Amino acid sequence: MARRWITVDGNEATASVAHRTNEVIAIYPITPSSNMGEFADEWSAKGRRNIWGIVPEVIEMQSEGGASGAVHGALQAGALATTFTASQGLLLMIPNLYKIAGELTSYAMHVSARTLATHALSIFGDHSDVMACRQTGVALLCSGSVQEAHDLALVAQAATLRARVPFLHFFDGFRTSHEVSKIEELADDDLHDMIPDELVAAHRARALSPDRPVIRGTAQNPDAFFQAREACNQFYDVCPDIVQETFDRFAARVGRQYHLFDYVGHPQAERVVVMMGSGAEAAHETVIRLVAEGQKVGLIKVRLYRPFSIAAFAASLPPTVRSIAVLDRTKEPGAVGEPLYVDVVSALVEARVAGLVAPAFAPLVIGGRYGLSSKEFTPAQVNAVLDELSASRPKPHFTVGIMDDVTHLSLKVDPSFEIESTARGLVRAVFFGLGSDGTVGANKNSIKIIGEETDNFAQGYFVYDSKKAGAITISHLRFGPKPIQSSYLVQRASFVACHQYEFMDKYDVLGYAEPGAVFLLNAPFSPEQVWDELSSEVQEQIIEKRVKFYVIDGYSVARDAGMGTRINTIMQTCFFAISGVLPKDEAIRKIKEAIKKTYGKRGEQVVQANYAAVDQALAHLHEVPVPARVSAGRRMPPVVSDDAPDFVKRVTAVMMANKGDLLPVSAFPVDGTWPSGTTKWEKRNIAAEIPQWDESICIQCNKCALVCPHAAIRAKVYPSDTLEGSPSTFKSMDFKGNEFKGQKYTIQVAPEDCTGCTLCVMVCPAKDKSNPKHKSLDMVPQRPLRESEAANYEFFLNLPEVDRTAIKSDIKGTQFLQPLFEYSGACAGCGETPYIKLVTQLFGDRTMIANATGCSSIYGANLPTTPYTVNCEGRGPAWSNSLFEDNAEFGLGLRLAVDKHADQARDLVKRLAGGGVIGDALASGLLAADQTSEAGIQAQRARVVELKKAIAGRTDNDATRLQQLADYLVVKSVWIVGGDGWAYDIGYGGLDHVLSTGRNVNVLVLDTEVYSNTGGQQSKATPMGAAAKFATAGKATQKKDLALMAMAYGNVYVAHVAFGAKDAQTVRAIVDAESYPGASIVIAYSHCIAHGYDLAFGLEQQKLAVDSGHWPLFRFDPRRNSLGENPLVLESGAAKIDLRKYVRNESRYSMVEQATPERFKELLDAAQEGNRQRFAMYETLAAKRETTK
Amino acid sequence: MDLSTTYLGLKLKHPLMPGASPLADDLGSVRRLEDAGASAIVLRSLFEEQITRERLADEMHVRAHEHAFAEALTYLPSPDEFVFGPDRYLEQVRRIKEMVGVPVIASLNGTTPLGWTSYAAEMQAAGADALELNFYHVATEERESGADVERRLLETVRLVKTSVSIPVAVKLSPFFSSLPNLAHRLDEVGADGLVLFNRFYQPDIEPDTLETVPRLALSTSSDLLLRLRWLAILSGRVRASLAATGGVHTGIDALKAIMAGADAVQIVAALLEHGPGYLAIVLSDLERWLDAHEYASLRQAQGSMNLMRSPDPQAFERGNYMRILQSWPASPLSS
Repeated sequence: MARRWITVDGNEATASVAHRTNEVIAIYPITPSSNMGEFADEWSAKGRRNIWGIVPEVIEMQSEGGASGAVHGALQAGALATTFTASQGLLLMIPNLYKIAGELTSYAMHVSARTLATHALSIFGDHSDVMACRQTGVALLCSGSVQEAHDLALVAQAATLRARVPFLHFFDGFRTSHEVSKIEELADDDLHDMIPDELVAAHRARALSPDRPVIRGTAQNPDAFFQAREACNQFYDVCPDIVQETFDRFAARVGRQYHLFDYVGHPQAERVVVMMGSGAEAAHETVIRLVAEGQKVGLIKVRLYRPFSIAAFAASLPPTVRSIAVLDRTKEPGAVGEPLYVDVVSALVEARVAGLVAPAFAPLVIGGRYGLSSKEFTPAQVNAVLDELSASRPKPHFTVGIMDDVTHLSLKVDPSFEIESTARGLVRAVFFGLGSDGTVGANKNSIKIIGEETDNFAQGYFVYDSKKAGAITISHLRFGPKPIQSSYLVQRASFVACHQYEFMDKYDVLGYAEPGAVFLLNAPFSPEQVWDELSSEVQEQIIEKRVKFYVIDGYSVARDAGMGTRINTIMQTCFFAISGVLPKDEAIRKIKEAIKKTYGKRGEQVVQANYAAVDQALAHLHEVPVPARVSAGRRMPPVVSDDAPDFVKRVTAVMMANKGDLLPVSAFPVDGTWPSGTTKWEKRNIAAEIPQWDESICIQCNKCALVCPHAAIRAKVYPSDTLEGSPSTFKSMDFKGNEFKGQKYTIQVAPEDCTGCTLCVMVCPAKDKSNPKHKSLDMVPQRPLRESEAANYEFFLNLPEVDRTAIKSDIKGTQFLQPLFEYSGACAGCGETPYIKLVTQLFGDRTMIANATGCSSIYGANLPTTPYTVNCEGRGPAWSNSLFEDNAEFGLGLRLAVDKHADQARDLVKRLAGGGVIGDALASGLLAADQTSEAGIQAQRARVVELKKAIAGRTDNDATRLQQLADYLVVKSVWIVGGDGWAYDIGYGGLDHVLSTGRNVNVLVLDTEVYSNTGGQQSKATPMGAAAKFATAGKATQKKDLALMAMAYGNVYVAHVAFGAKDAQTVRAIVDAESYPGASIVIAYSHCIAHGYDLAFGLEQQKLAVDSGHWPLFRFDPRRNSLGENPLVLESGAAKIDLRKYVRNESRYSMVEQATPERFKELLDAAQEGNRQRFAMYETLAAKRETTK
Repeated sequence: MDLSTTYLGLKLKHPLMPGASPLADDLGSVRRLEDAGASAIVLRSLFEEQITRERLADEMHVRAHEHAFAEALTYLPSPDEFVFGPDRYLEQVRRIKEMVGVPVIASLNGTTPLGWTSYAAEMQAAGADALELNFYHVATEERESGADVERRLLETVRLVKTSVSIPVAVKLSPFFSSLPNLAHRLDEVGADGLVLFNRFYQPDIEPDTLETVPRLALSTSSDLLLRLRWLAILSGRVRASLAATGGVHTGIDALKAIMAGADAVQIVAALLEHGPGYLAIVLSDLERWLDAHEYASLRQAQGSMNLMRSPDPQAFERGNYMRILQSWPASPLSS
């Protein structure tokens, strides 16, 4: 069978082999490996068969621990089974890896290696996860590129069946897992040839079967365990040879030859680098270049790291080597050195003893760390490492790629060293785009066109933002006649495109351009105007680098072509027209073919609109004449305002400008502790339109402020005399109502923080009676209002905050409270953040938050800026994220500590009162304080101040301890926040336990009914009939009733809320939950982009969810028992509308209906019946009178 | 009794068929319609807007979130699983065609001569025996004249006619200044039939919330009168065959339509109210009446009461207006 050339990413390349060579695939989503599981699931859903003609069973588990358990079972029962994972997920599999290895089980799993969370979480790549498995007994096989990941996935599967040692095949997360590259696809015949049926049969013969029963998993005593453990040695001894034989057989068939240790470089090399993974590709390129320049240098790429073959390693080293630098992509604090370094040192000693090298062969070995969390690893760094080996006294331990100005371990890197700009025929292109403008999708399409329809090789790597709304993407593309090994970002681009004009004032876009580069800018200006709009920095670069400058008004072209705001096709056309990567006409023809392929199914009209966009793009693309001199009258604006704190200016702003790589070690906190409230300095200006307030028709309901996901529209009531000095456009009206009679009222928009989601406008009930189209809030273009509204907002923020003791805990009242969670990176229109914001408004100044990993931890704490902030007294939420799986337990721990501190403080108050140090009145006030109201809390805070004064200056032990603990006399509110993936699945065991303890914690489950952060995989909260990843055909089982499970305890406060359906009930439930002195759980409906509709209608959908019976509203308050009342109060009725009315608006449902209408009907009928039965049961529970009292 | 008729050049065993409606969405109900004797099956319309909106919605609310965030390159299962409205529609045409023995008439609803008309050819390829083109247009533009609207209609029909070889019927609204003139020009561009009339779903106003709400009121027999008048006026004057739709609830209603000149009679509201089986009752009532009144065939009655043959042609013209006005009892207030 002929092999095809395909352009795929590393995950797809790996999954392609894994899916074709396995029968059972148990998975769990985790970045960056999720896509491997998704591919496998999708293929099985489409009925794609493996090489034995079987459609593999793909099952999603509740955690990686569950996935590895399922795989272990499947293997024991004789199936070929696999899984995909990374990072913490791999850690959860370690217990089973020991078992699987101990039982000598043939098994190949695939890991996109990712950083382990330490001082911070990172989704990016390094080897810290796989290195944590090196003691388990699995073989560790490493790939450095997309092609290798494809090839070695097969080698791992083939070798494990022969060797019986299980294989962990890994490659670098993101750099390889997400790099799109042109590779040669292995045919089914290749796979079959490498995996002989007799080896599969032998694996089956070892399986557990009642027809020939054996016992595995015994418990052994001191008499037996040790010897039995040593009994596996021979298998490890021969494993490297088996792998080499497998490599050789692979080479004989396919032509690509691998070795356990692949040597590249000068045959008489004196300086050698040893490393593994994608970095070795950059090193490979560099070494080849340096050898060509006459340097005696070399590289050893480690393929099989475990079992480590000393003989093969020794044989791979040229005898001329004098010094070796071993590079580890991991950090092992406190160790002699990182693992690969330590192994190389010992291997050399042992090789000498064993006579594998000359007795005098004793090269100097130094070890360095590089590339943690996908830090760029470049030819310049490789050169620096090799240079270090030439130094008279090389650093024995070093880092490369950062500037360590604290422990001075880092090597100096010459930034001018690069090798790509002289590579013949290599086109290098960099594109700046918005996540939503389709730039990355179009670039992937271009790579496919070039990769699959020409002889050129192609590579694409994409850098994404941490923000979910208004996110920037930077695409790095290379095209050329030879295979592309450059495993690092484009540094000197021959083509630079900026698809968003605003970026020109935020980022150093042209920093990527090489002299003579082509630059394409999408800007709303004519070729005559555009030059004058640029800053002097940009003009300088264009002139200095002799850049050929093109401009197009892409958004106008898109609008005229009926493409809305999607400029992807237009910008892609321009790229092909001026980059010279293909002859222009040929390229345009290919784009049109691609359009026909992509959109053909959707009708001729769509195809024609795209064709028109292509033609119009060419007609509106203009070269800009570049003047000889800089004429701009302005510089790029500062990244943050001058008022920002020093740390923000020094550190945060550098990261915001995309230059965080330049920050030295000394800039960073040593333990992952960061200041709160930094999003306020990042004025993102991402909304094209913002709401404008018409006070003349406002009814002062404050609903706009409640629903705003970003705290970008706020309400304030304030004394009229504070209006003095207000900006001329600042709007104000008399407060309606008695609470604040005589005071003024304002609704104010934060124009530069608003994301333009329109939820506030959608919820606004105040219509102009003679023109109902006009409401008290209308969307208007942001640009003309930016400066004036920014000044108004500034003034608004400085108006006095409301007296918290005068506020009622209803919708209107709560929205006068300052949100202490603002301008997060959540999606525009996010359905989760309004709940979190409300919690911070009500209790933020005394709240501790334990946050499960997921969307809420990413928009809650992904650098550079974080949204949790402080009030004018400096108080605000204290927030932390432990892990995904342990969040409930982590939150309970916070509670236990806070309670212990409070207990001790109370004891000390009693003791010191007894000793006369504190007056009795103060002591009894402190101890008996009623803190159930805002007034009570403020009174207690005043007492604590008094207490601290009373014991100030005292040096006795009790007083000193009380001084530290006194603040705990003010009640603290502990919130445990996470999504449904955490609460229903991976963290459920812990959540259940925490609820059972009855301790005073408040759990907020932000239920989007899928794993949102990792891309919409099903959870047990996914409703029946909805499509999600791993439930492509629509989930066939009912949503788990987490509320009912919690209610079963009887003493847990439980609420089921949807703020878009009944906001008053949401507010009530959150207040109740907090006031309940035991465990509380609030399960909150959260609309989400993963539901597939315009989130402007999120609130409408929430109403429909409730009215259709999908999402009943209720509160279960055990306190009502003591009043002789039923604890359960239903707050929504039986279904008023057909479930279809709700689901038909969401793509997650409609795609199931469209694909399989009959099945969908069955699922939806069953879901509707399930909803009916659930409601009937709730009604019964709510009707039951408490008779036991 | 010979009830046969020819509609759009198709020989039908009788004129009664379900009109474009959700009745044909469900294969079970299609089977019941055929069992009840329907002479053809007309499918619900595929809307121009549906074709463009689905694609836009997918582009704006699903695709726009893709490839924007490192942890989630997509948020829903692979979109090539996504079956768009037109494809579903074509599939339904195919399945109905496989299931029933009577002609299948597909329906397209749109008002612009743009790309969506290419679906006409696909409907033919999917097995449709004829096409009903529903020109459902509500004039809201002050710049567009009545003549402009008619030009657009004619252009759309011409375009569809060039892309298919099956017969094409045009479903019209009653709001044209001169239907006979328009009908004549539709004849010229090759329309094979005229379906009188489509019904505009009228928005209602909700005073409490200042919102407009859609109201769906099914037709009653009184809606038939408007159709009778125009069938009678056009009958015998146009080459295209004529169908009545709207207001046929009984055998007598059907008979009246036939007498006014209808070659085919479509029923929707009555079938939605009483179920697909009701078609058989209307049919047997019609047949019984013809029998009782000793008609030799249905053709004998066809067009017997049209403008040309009616003993009282003024009734369909302006004179009728005057007569009715004068016969209306004065309201109690003015007395």
